[in-house]
Amino acid sequence: MLGKLDWSAIPLDQPIPLVAGAVVLVAILGVLTWVVVKGHLPYLWSEWITSVDHKRIGVMYILLASVMLLRGGSDAIMMRIQQAVAYQSQGYLPPEHYNQIFSAHGTIMIFFVAMPFVIGLMNLVVPLQLGVRDVAFPTLNSVGFWLTATGALLVNVSLVVGEFARTGWLAFPPLSGLVYSPGVGVDYYAWSLQISGVGTLVAGINLVTTVLKLRTKGMNYLRMPMFCWTTLASNLLIVAAFPILTATLAMLLLDRYLGFHFFTNEAGGNVMMFMNLIWAWGHPEVYILVLPAFGIFSEVVSTFSGKALFGYRSMVLATMAICVVSFMVWLHHFFTMGAGPDVNAIFGIASMIIAIPTGVKIYNWLFTMYGGRIRFATPMLWSVGFMVTFIIGGLTGVLVAVPPADFMLHNSMFLVAHFHNVIIGGVLFGAFAGLEYWFPKAFGFRLDERWGKAAFWFTFIGFYVTFMPLYIAGMLGMTRRLQHYDVAAWRPWMIVAAVGVAVLTIGVICQIVQLVVSIRNREALRDRTGDPWDGRSLEWATSSPPPVFNFAFNPDVRGEDAYWEMKVHARQQSLAHEQPEYQDIEMPRNSPTGFVCAFFATIMGFALIWHIWWMVILGGLGAFATFVVFAWRDHDEYVIPAEEVARIDRSNIEERRNLVSMAGAV
Amino acid sequence: MSEQTHGMVKHDLAPGEEEQHSVGARVVGYVVGLVLALLLTATSFFIAGTDLVWQPSIPVALIVLAIAQMGVHLVFFLHITTGPDNTNNVLALAFGLLVVFLVVGGTVWIMAHLNANMPPMDQIMRMQ
Repeated sequence: MLGKLDWSAIPLDQPIPLVAGAVVLVAILGVLTWVVVKGHLPYLWSEWITSVDHKRIGVMYILLASVMLLRGGSDAIMMRIQQAVAYQSQGYLPPEHYNQIFSAHGTIMIFFVAMPFVIGLMNLVVPLQLGVRDVAFPTLNSVGFWLTATGALLVNVSLVVGEFARTGWLAFPPLSGLVYSPGVGVDYYAWSLQISGVGTLVAGINLVTTVLKLRTKGMNYLRMPMFCWTTLASNLLIVAAFPILTATLAMLLLDRYLGFHFFTNEAGGNVMMFMNLIWAWGHPEVYILVLPAFGIFSEVVSTFSGKALFGYRSMVLATMAICVVSFMVWLHHFFTMGAGPDVNAIFGIASMIIAIPTGVKIYNWLFTMYGGRIRFATPMLWSVGFMVTFIIGGLTGVLVAVPPADFMLHNSMFLVAHFHNVIIGGVLFGAFAGLEYWFPKAFGFRLDERWGKAAFWFTFIGFYVTFMPLYIAGMLGMTRRLQHYDVAAWRPWMIVAAVGVAVLTIGVICQIVQLVVSIRNREALRDRTGDPWDGRSLEWATSSPPPVFNFAFNPDVRGEDAYWEMKVHARQQSLAHEQPEYQDIEMPRNSPTGFVCAFFATIMGFALIWHIWWMVILGGLGAFATFVVFAWRDHDEYVIPAEEVARIDRSNIEERRNLVSMAGAV
Repeated sequence: MSEQTHGMVKHDLAPGEEEQHSVGARVVGYVVGLVLALLLTATSFFIAGTDLVWQPSIPVALIVLAIAQMGVHLVFFLHITTGPDNTNNVLALAFGLLVVFLVVGGTVWIMAHLNANMPPMDQIMRMQ
């Protein structure tokens, strides 16, 4: 009846996951009770859960990423403490639990923190920057988000019901095969990623279509803000690379469920093929994450330097070059597998070549700052911190792109330090810069600067204290994923790294405090004009938060830095006060399709993991029925009458005119 | 805010959304495509089993026929053309082909080297 599921799945003998799970469960139930008792449920349902507004979906993506960041961060703290204490002892974590923690940490941080964070920011900002009213497929957008949330939910269910993979975040066979991992851990891993992978793929298709097809009048490709370009490149990579991941995991699942032999040691299977395929997805994935971050830095640096982005066209070229070359370097993740000198040399050189367009970008940001009037607001601090940190990470990356050096450093703590250096220093700093920069746009008030700066400095210093010692430990020969060790020389560095994690934790706490303080002081921090940073692109041309239709009129773009041009133009013309003719606006109706689909997908995923076949069929039929109901609906749009549009728009225009005329007077 | 046009500028169209031709012309297009596709399929099956042609040329012929089949599908069913309204579709196709070529070609190359360098244990034994 319930497949492999019985009471032994609950780890009653392991206090840590049980207590953690109980705390989370109590917290969730508490929030749910509060929502129901206070009567917020109808609001949540109609304004958020069923919303197809790209801004709302973007915010929900970021919220998911933030919550998962806390989960992944807790895993990181546990690992650092374990390695600090497990010198000539077992430490406080049993080996199989420790293995689950580092696997969950990697899986969560990449798939459920970094991915939703950048997709959320792209969702929130790109339609605004393009001057349009929504993404190309609004309901699909909602489906994509909820499927991602399903994946995150399944990973977290594994904490209490059953176990998670003990195989590392990419689940290499033969360890992830049925022979060495007979439990449900790898199944939790694989089905979570399959379901959230579908979500990511539809998000990618949606955003590519949006950038290619929905641009406002005059928004040529070469007038798009840099963030739109990096969004295009990143989502092209999603569309091209994620099917490889899906196919590879599908083959692994066939091995595990139906006795196939793609990646087994017997019957002609080839485990090396798994490494090859998973990294053919895995390397583009790195650029899927970091390209949007590059876009965010481009926007932030140009805004806070008060200058147009230096070398816009070279930046576009560099972005697209990275997009293509990222598919030519994947072998550098397994130089040591034995492909021989020819193959290793070619992929080593390709890996070094990809550093060139990245270098071009760094110089472009530096030259954008050069001669500018720089304001060191929090987003700018994150950007400068990124430049310093990312250069170090990039240089160690070029170092391990040299095959002989890689033979020394492969799977060492040096590698761990390198990829944290680029992912934290690149993607996470970018996500935080984007959060600080666009928060006023999303919610209508700025974030507290004092706490923001404190968060930056603690995170920045904490990062160096945590990860520089790992470089040294790697040089001293320490391999990654050690549950305990006996080498005295590594011990001091592990203790320093644990201290660093404490500093990083303070940084995270500062960000939470920043959010609370800002919400409490929101009246003082209110952004009435919609343009709190003196911005240059179109998202600042509408109010904060933008109305549901984004723009009462689709803006007419006459050059790069569209909104900057408008402001300059408005000052010269001393603001023509003509009354525009408002018209009705049609917007897509809300739809519970995404939520209901994800509900059934959750049931189906859980049933697949535990081999509960009748429930699999139930979930599959439910998801399909939801799709059919959606496909046959008759009314997919509603009309916002012209008077309503006029009322919403006029209130903002007054504020904006005052701002522009004041700036003109100065 | 000056004179604004309402709504989106007409950009290129997605496949399947082209301007309405008369039904007759469209049906003819699909029928021609179907006939060509069937013809190519039949030829493939015929060549695979025949001894009328030089045997080693058969795999090459099958590859050529397969590529022609893809071309027929793209032109007659997915409506890829060289027209200016089709730039995005052609570029997307080119990008897809490039990625497939890189991943498949790279994989074949990598795995061939791996197999040459690291043969199974019994082969190593035989070499000694």
